[in-house]
Amino acid sequence: MRATLTVFVKEFLENLRDRRTVMMALVVGPMFGPIVFSLMLQFALERTRSVEVNVELHVLNPAGAPNLVRYLEARQTKVVEIRGDGATARSMIVDRSARAVLEVPADYGTRLASGTPAPLRLYVDNSRNSDARHVARIRTLIAQYGQQIATQRLTLRGVDPRLLAPVVLQSVDVSTPASRALLVLGMLSFFMVLSVLTGGIYLAMDTTVGERDRGTLEPLLATPVSREALLCGKLLATCTYMFLSLSLTTTALFVALGRLDLEQFGMSANLNMQTALGLIAVTAPLIPLLAALMTLVAAQARSTREAQAWLGVTQLVPTLPLVFASLMNLAPTLPLMTIPSLSQHFLITGILRAEQLDPLHILVSVGSSLLLGVLLVAIVARVYRRESLLV
Amino acid sequence: MKRFGGVQALNGVSFRAEDGRITGLLGPNGAGKSTTLRILYSTLVPDSGSALVDGELVDQDNYAVRQRLGVLPHNAGLYPSLTARENIEYFGRLAGLSRIAARRRADDLLALLELEDIATRRAKGFSQGQKLKTALARALVHAPRNLILDEPTNGLDVPAVRKLRALLMRLRDQGQCILFSSHVMQEVALLCDDVVVITRGTVVAQGSPEALRASTGAQSFEDAFVALTGSPGDAD
Repeated sequence: MRATLTVFVKEFLENLRDRRTVMMALVVGPMFGPIVFSLMLQFALERTRSVEVNVELHVLNPAGAPNLVRYLEARQTKVVEIRGDGATARSMIVDRSARAVLEVPADYGTRLASGTPAPLRLYVDNSRNSDARHVARIRTLIAQYGQQIATQRLTLRGVDPRLLAPVVLQSVDVSTPASRALLVLGMLSFFMVLSVLTGGIYLAMDTTVGERDRGTLEPLLATPVSREALLCGKLLATCTYMFLSLSLTTTALFVALGRLDLEQFGMSANLNMQTALGLIAVTAPLIPLLAALMTLVAAQARSTREAQAWLGVTQLVPTLPLVFASLMNLAPTLPLMTIPSLSQHFLITGILRAEQLDPLHILVSVGSSLLLGVLLVAIVARVYRRESLLV
Repeated sequence: MKRFGGVQALNGVSFRAEDGRITGLLGPNGAGKSTTLRILYSTLVPDSGSALVDGELVDQDNYAVRQRLGVLPHNAGLYPSLTARENIEYFGRLAGLSRIAARRRADDLLALLELEDIATRRAKGFSQGQKLKTALARALVHAPRNLILDEPTNGLDVPAVRKLRALLMRLRDQGQCILFSSHVMQEVALLCDDVVVITRGTVVAQGSPEALRASTGAQSFEDAFVALTGSPGDAD
């Protein structure tokens, strides 16, 4: 026990002095996720915001349809007057100086007054996905304007305008603000599991192949300490770095998300101290398992370089269940909670959704992860007893 | 007996290293010196046969044996981001010394091996000599009764080798049992009280350097070594 503590303290301090380990485990790892994540989120938010707040519409001959222009301007549409003809509109779309151009033909006013269908021409490029929401918004506004005129005309003629709407489709959005935020926040579990891995990768190598490459493994094994005690000290140090990385990443994620104004878009991300602690607590049981996994892989490698290559592949393993979960749209069930990393994903999303978590689910998730961790540690211990560890 | 895959590394190695004497394990490269020593300090397990230290059977779980063993493996390294002192104290702590005892012991060894000037420097940029001396101090930190050194003079310059020699003789005179391997016969002839000549995994001769020379009828110890191992090419 004392030897384990000695090994732990030494590994912890030694790696704290290694600039590469500190950078990777405690700086780059915890910063990378939050930065990428908040950029993605920012981008997603920008897209929703730009459509609803600031729709720009170029109009040829706006004087021909003053009421329509007033209607659009009253609904946050910026109407820009341009001069020219259909060819001008076409070229503006092609050279991207406008997303949509509305042409008001000369006969629009007279035909509207006489009650015959009044033509309006909208120039758009339907192959541009980035404009789709913008264009859809304009179409909706113009359709609503037409609807409004139709209603007035029918009312004037003493006809109930409801005759025009034999069927009403009402779509009910059952998403809560928190669950809407989750569409993007679902990525959070991915970054958290990844941060656990990056926190331990250097120590897993350093305490196995690294020790062998430097020629320190043999003297270490010749000390009057059991190999299990040595291994436990090393694993403990690896776990500590993983935990630090996880905590720092979660904190950084929350700081980054806090800077984004999620509420403005009807999202409440449920980001408080308690949530952060809950996320760390449900993810932490993964740590011994992943530490043992990486140590096992690193101990099999013949050189540090080989270990690096294998650990790169190993990093994918715990992230695979997350990909499956989102592709297959899996819902948490008791059997699925036995799968490490997938069960953590469910618990993380559950907490973010502000749902009441099933205590049994938590128990199964924590229990199965820890149990598999212990099993894997036992396997690593067997590897540590093999002579081939030395060569 | 020790076999690695299809390679018979050791086949009938039997010898004794006495307390208060320096025993040299002499043999050409690949003769099985390191394998023999590794079995003695229990990082390898023999396929058949046994190794005893102070009359006790060596195995991976016999910590008491390793407690009395100071080991300097072949090409031993240091932890590059720990200082010389920390490298030594770490092994003292692992051998069960208290923090204070380990520090005091490191002080003594740093003085003994003239390492004071690098005591607080990190091992990263150490010269071969500084590295070896630190590794030797690490092996001696828990004051073991028995010392196993695998080619300790590798890469050392002449003054450093002389100092090491003087140190080993002092330890011997204090009654320690010292076993070291080498493929340099002059060194063995100068330092050892007993010599065990090993080649292709088998002990071919043992005795004092003088007795070995006499038994082969050779003029010099070098000739005797060549006559015994039959492989002048390997014995640089």
